[in-house]
Amino acid sequence: MANDGSAKLSKNLLRMKFMQRGLDAEARKQLEEDEKRIISDEHWYLDLPELKAKESCIVEERSYVPCEDLVYGRMSFRGFNPEVEKLMVLMNAPKEEEDDEEEKDVGRMDTDITDEDMAKRYGSLVESMKRRFAKKRERSSLKDSEEDLNHNVEPSQPKKAFLKPKD
Amino acid sequence: MEAVYSCFREKLGQVILPGDVFCFDVSAVEGSAVRAERVICGPGLRRNGDEILVYKSGILRHKAPNLYWIDSQQKRYVPVKGESVIGIVTAKSGDIFKVDVGGSEQASLSYLAFEGATKRNRPNVQVGDLVYAQFTIANKDMEPELVCIDSCGRANGMGVFGADGLLFKVSLGLVRRLLAPQSEIVKDLEKIFPFEMVVGLNGRVWVKAKTVQQTLIVANLLESCENMTTQQRQVLFRRVAEGSL
Repeated sequence: MANDGSAKLSKNLLRMKFMQRGLDAEARKQLEEDEKRIISDEHWYLDLPELKAKESCIVEERSYVPCEDLVYGRMSFRGFNPEVEKLMVLMNAPKEEEDDEEEKDVGRMDTDITDEDMAKRYGSLVESMKRRFAKKRERSSLKDSEEDLNHNVEPSQPKKAFLKPKD
Repeated sequence: MEAVYSCFREKLGQVILPGDVFCFDVSAVEGSAVRAERVICGPGLRRNGDEILVYKSGILRHKAPNLYWIDSQQKRYVPVKGESVIGIVTAKSGDIFKVDVGGSEQASLSYLAFEGATKRNRPNVQVGDLVYAQFTIANKDMEPELVCIDSCGRANGMGVFGADGLLFKVSLGLVRRLLAPQSEIVKDLEKIFPFEMVVGLNGRVWVKAKTVQQTLIVANLLESCENMTTQQRQVLFRRVAEGSL
């Protein structure tokens, strides 16, 4: 009875996950093969000879600028336009020097923020991140301890209390 | 590389004409298939399969290690990507300016392609203004496109210029002579009096000096440099410097 029933079940039903358990190895294998065939039938490809992209050893260059090392097009002479003269120096500088300048810039940037500042900043960052990842209970305990600290630091400040008005 | 050089060597410094072909043994080059050892054919030379065709008439030049090009005279400018030119704004239409660069077609220039320009903060560009700009798109099938900023967003001297001063056209060959490093013309010229100059690779030159008269003198001298030998030029410049012209 049970055997008859399983034979009548449809393929799609058998492919479902909860049906896999009951299947025997042979039936499962057949199902897999069927599936594979479906996929490979859907997968199509062009019947072309393999393309060999032969890299040419000739490169074209349309501009005269790299050929003749042409300079920057804005020029000013004998201080007529100081801005342009500054630009001329900048743009006509050899490439290697530009690299040097960049390196110098990096060096200067480093000195902008001293190592101490960096350490201070990251020190406080650690504290705030710790607070964020702490669980609620831990957080409250953290707060308490901080408050305690505060109390310890400033005991001189008089505690404000309700003053009873005198009759 | 030797194989390539030997096929060009005979013609170096000589006049060659459109239609000339340079062939070399490709296998010799490919044997040493290092990327840096490729042949670069500059303006005037075109790749056709494994050959190099000549399409401009002029003098064949070579720069070590493997750059070959043709030094030619022409007046018509053909836009090339990366070149800096002087353009004249001819129309404002919505988001772009149309700019005349002397090529076969007007170039487009986006209003966002200026230093510090945003959608709200539009650059002040009027029809008729001169712009010094650079090509970002330039090929034979598409409309050329200009920008007035470099890749870092800085103007670097590009943008609208030239409130006064004088714009004139010279040949592309003279422009290249002016822009050559340590150009003799420029060196001779700067001895005469202080002035400012913008040279676009499209053959347009803009000059400005302290007075209109001086501006005109510089412009005329530059134009006359087109067809003068070094001696002639030096004699002329000396006479101008002495004030006898």
